[in-house]
Amino acid sequence: MNRQQQRRTVLKAGSGMGLLGVLAAMGLLPAGEAMAQQQWNAGAFGARSFADAVKALGGAAPTENKGILITAPDIAENGLVVPVGVTSNIPKTESIAIMVEKNPNLLSAVFNIPSGTDPFVSTRVKLAESTDVYALVKADGRYYFTKKEIKVTLGGCGG
Amino acid sequence: MADPMRIRATVKDGKVDVRLLMSHEMETGQRKDARGELVPAWFIQNVTATYGGRTVLSAQWGPSISKNPYLNFRFSGAKLGEKISVTWTDNKGDKRTDEATITAG
Repeated sequence: MNRQQQRRTVLKAGSGMGLLGVLAAMGLLPAGEAMAQQQWNAGAFGARSFADAVKALGGAAPTENKGILITAPDIAENGLVVPVGVTSNIPKTESIAIMVEKNPNLLSAVFNIPSGTDPFVSTRVKLAESTDVYALVKADGRYYFTKKEIKVTLGGCGG
Repeated sequence: MADPMRIRATVKDGKVDVRLLMSHEMETGQRKDARGELVPAWFIQNVTATYGGRTVLSAQWGPSISKNPYLNFRFSGAKLGEKISVTWTDNKGDKRTDEATITAG
């Protein structure tokens, strides 16, 4: 390998560092923010049962609560795109998680709700097959849930 | 870098309704390609929305959020004409930040 080739290899390695790393290295991102962006609860997202997912999110023995409302269709024709909204009427709601019981991994999303933000989120998720969808709410340090069955005509995984 | 997000933020009676669409494959890691090989997982892991330096929503996502993700949330205390900023980061370290001006609802 001649000198020029070596230089190219080094440049190539550098470009693979990723924008975030480069920005952090340049001091353009505060260290705290860079770290917050990296946080991702691999344990919770790898969970294969409701109990395990709740545990990985730091909760235990959630109680069913009708103050949580899941807005979603009863029947979804396309499991790839199923609108799911969650509204919590429980005071001091801190976070809302959406879980799909029969997906390969249950947890779809966890939203942190700071004060000043409504205890409401709406998104679209994939459902592998007809399943119960859970909404888990953390409010004032306690965990609550509700669930809703959604029937799927065409599954959202594999293929 | 990924395509820009489409963000619509409207304010009514001091409450801001934010609706956004991101451009992302959200590959589950479960799907096989034409040759029968697994397509590696590629999905947005973190989303943060900020207004005036404070976080108004943050989220962790798994690969079961639908392709080209949609998100809707609401927060209080923002003014017409000011800006909201949204950032996502995916599991390959790609990142995108977009801004939107709050308009009348």
